[in-house]
Amino acid sequence: MTQIAKLSFPVIGMHCASCARLIERSLKSTSGVVNAQVNYGSEQASVEYSNTVCSPKDLEKAVQSAGYKAILGKDTQELKEEEKTRQLQELKIKVIVSSILSIAILLGSFTQMNPYLLWFLATPVQFWAGREFYLATWSGLRNRAASMDTLIAIGTSVAYLYSVISLNADGAMYFDTSAVIITLILLGRYLEAKAKAHTSDAISKLLGLAPKTARVIRGEKETDVPVEEVKVDDLIRVRPGEKIPVDGVITEGSSSLDESMVTGESMPVDKGQGDAVIGATFNTSSSFVMRATKVGRDTVLAQIVKMVSEAQSSRSPIARLADKVSGVFVPVVLMIATSVFVVWYVTSGFSFAFSNMIAVLIIACPCALGLATPTAIMVGVGKGAEKGILIKDAEALEIANKINTIIFDKTGTLTEGKPVVTDVTPVKNLKFLSRRQAGRIRNLLQIAASLEKGSEHSLAEAVLEQARKKEINALPVSDFKALHGMGIRGSIERKMYYFGNRKLMAESGVDTRDLEKDSIGLEARGKTVMFLAEKKKLLGIVAVADVPKQSAKETINILTKKRVAVWMITGDNKRTGKAIAESLGIKNVLADVLPDQKADKVRGLKVRGSGFAVAFVGDGINDAPALASADVGIAMGSGTDVAIESAGVTLLNKDLKSVVSAIDLSRRTMNTIRQNLFWAFGYNVILIPVAAGILYPFTGWLLNPALAAFAMAASSISVVGNSLRLKLTKI
Amino acid sequence: MTVLGVGVIGFVYWFFFGKKEAATVAANKLTVTVEGGYKPSVIRLEKDKTTTLTFLRKDSNSCLEELVFPDFKIKRYLPMNEPVNVEINPKERGKYEFHCAMNMFKGKIVVG
Repeated sequence: MTQIAKLSFPVIGMHCASCARLIERSLKSTSGVVNAQVNYGSEQASVEYSNTVCSPKDLEKAVQSAGYKAILGKDTQELKEEEKTRQLQELKIKVIVSSILSIAILLGSFTQMNPYLLWFLATPVQFWAGREFYLATWSGLRNRAASMDTLIAIGTSVAYLYSVISLNADGAMYFDTSAVIITLILLGRYLEAKAKAHTSDAISKLLGLAPKTARVIRGEKETDVPVEEVKVDDLIRVRPGEKIPVDGVITEGSSSLDESMVTGESMPVDKGQGDAVIGATFNTSSSFVMRATKVGRDTVLAQIVKMVSEAQSSRSPIARLADKVSGVFVPVVLMIATSVFVVWYVTSGFSFAFSNMIAVLIIACPCALGLATPTAIMVGVGKGAEKGILIKDAEALEIANKINTIIFDKTGTLTEGKPVVTDVTPVKNLKFLSRRQAGRIRNLLQIAASLEKGSEHSLAEAVLEQARKKEINALPVSDFKALHGMGIRGSIERKMYYFGNRKLMAESGVDTRDLEKDSIGLEARGKTVMFLAEKKKLLGIVAVADVPKQSAKETINILTKKRVAVWMITGDNKRTGKAIAESLGIKNVLADVLPDQKADKVRGLKVRGSGFAVAFVGDGINDAPALASADVGIAMGSGTDVAIESAGVTLLNKDLKSVVSAIDLSRRTMNTIRQNLFWAFGYNVILIPVAAGILYPFTGWLLNPALAAFAMAASSISVVGNSLRLKLTKI
Repeated sequence: MTVLGVGVIGFVYWFFFGKKEAATVAANKLTVTVEGGYKPSVIRLEKDKTTTLTFLRKDSNSCLEELVFPDFKIKRYLPMNEPVNVEINPKERGKYEFHCAMNMFKGKIVVG
């Protein structure tokens, strides 16, 4: 069936409105094109065409035949890569050619070479290699703006022009100065561009994680389709050794998945029917079928990429001064250079004045200031993303560095968030159960699990899970009844059993004295105790508790060593809360806190103007107000929910040690920023006066303009290099 | 020479800092040309309304290849001669800067 498709694409190379008409005509004369419009202002073409008669390739050809270039089927990332590669290649050629010419000029200056020959060698360096400085200066000046290119263009042009005038007047020659400056600065730019490309590695790495195709099941057939064509609710087969194409839920089969690329969690995770899977993670063991739930922009990976690139674009409060300075830097340097010339001209004559003015123009480096913060933030935020630590913005990163108090939510954050069986205690000397202790425990669990099979209570899952782990089969139960608020009862092999709380035992006339001491002890440790009885005879007790995560105790220990005050906040009563906190080594507990009171409690711990920050660590779903009211909210996600708006930091794995890693990352990034700013400010504050000749009256030191060019190039490279060092740190 | 020097300094000050630009009102969309800076560089937007700003870079200066709106957490790469759309929906009144990667070329968004 014929369909009219619409396509908009950029066109390169137009220089007037009639070019646009020409392209329009060429497009319209292509068979299949229904309508074509080309806008000179926006340099865009929009075409309506029949997709059975012609293809985008034909449109590209039509534009080409008119003498222009259409950009089709490329995204910005590809264009950026292409342009960067081209620029680097061009820069490389310029650096090589101008290096050879500069060396010849330098040698020529020392050996009294014919000045006209020097002029001949210096001219291509000045106007071919240095062309970009002139272009940038010109377009800037038309806009009454200046960049560092302005400084270089003015500095080298003055040296060059003075030397040209001197050719006939027999004056001093500065061809070597201008050529060496241009060469060194181009070399610096080349190295800087190469290094800078690595600061955004994290995003390219994340984008590279996404698989290109998915094996979609349509009817009886399985076909490989591009991942962009996968729709929500599509069934997809994922074979072992393949990446999961989009986010979804397993509908058939089970497997072990490596999610480390998204969550930073190194252990593979077992997943079965009904479990959520994340796109871009790796299927390690067996084939399964999943239903797509999120595709395109909504996937976890897409959200991570979005969050990371947003954070890398945000403003860091620490950079405010550097921002202000770099905005006015160039004009101020121009004024300083003029004053330097005047002062030296009046006191020591033209030669000193001229050389010092050029040195000032060349040594001033706003680039180092401009690069100091953004490069460190880009590397720091990217490093975090690799470890499953997502930072919302530069401000959150900066505040996290000042954390001195951390409040942990208990359930689901410090603990696993789901109850498990911790103790099974049979009554001593029961004759009809197995003689050995292990066997007696199995007997108790078997009865409890068989009864709980019909129950929907949250604690039932804990008992059933324990039975599954011990490979205990359930027995058939008849006369099952859930006794609201107390427990359950049921008949197994014609014997009536009761399983529930103390109230149920009392109502059924069961004497619990045999295990009274044990049960009180367990309850004091924050556990929930359930009694199992056959008719009126107590058989034993099963204790259930939400156990702390494996890494909880160690994390608290590390934080305490780092002099961070740790608090725990919980809805549990004081006794239970305290028992759990103590087992983890936490001294400060906020117990009996209702969910809607958490935010107030967090605010209560904040001390205004102290220079320190309070962090709240929660699971991000029901803790949103508390996360938002802390100075830094740290949300612990499960790797499937990254769009947590209220948190400054989102941890994609469940490992509590990531909290420590996040703090470490922020401290290291901030240190790098401080070093960079110190270096960039220090460099300009110290070397501009030196170049101006301030030390000359005392030490006789002056700065050669060529050396100034070297220092300038080295300063930006060192700042970028220092930021890249962050990649190597272990967090 | 001193008088000439003072004159040059005065000119530099006037040329770069004495620039005053009236705000250009952007209705639903506005094209901003990126050439030695941003034209227009002062843009007036309405609160709570999405405006599409189309940036068209015509300057090969690599300083201008990246565009940053720090307050809106937007960073865009601007390929040469290719329009790039930036959608902005300011939630609060005020002045917001946008600039190149190294913060030497600047523009301003005024939300009134």
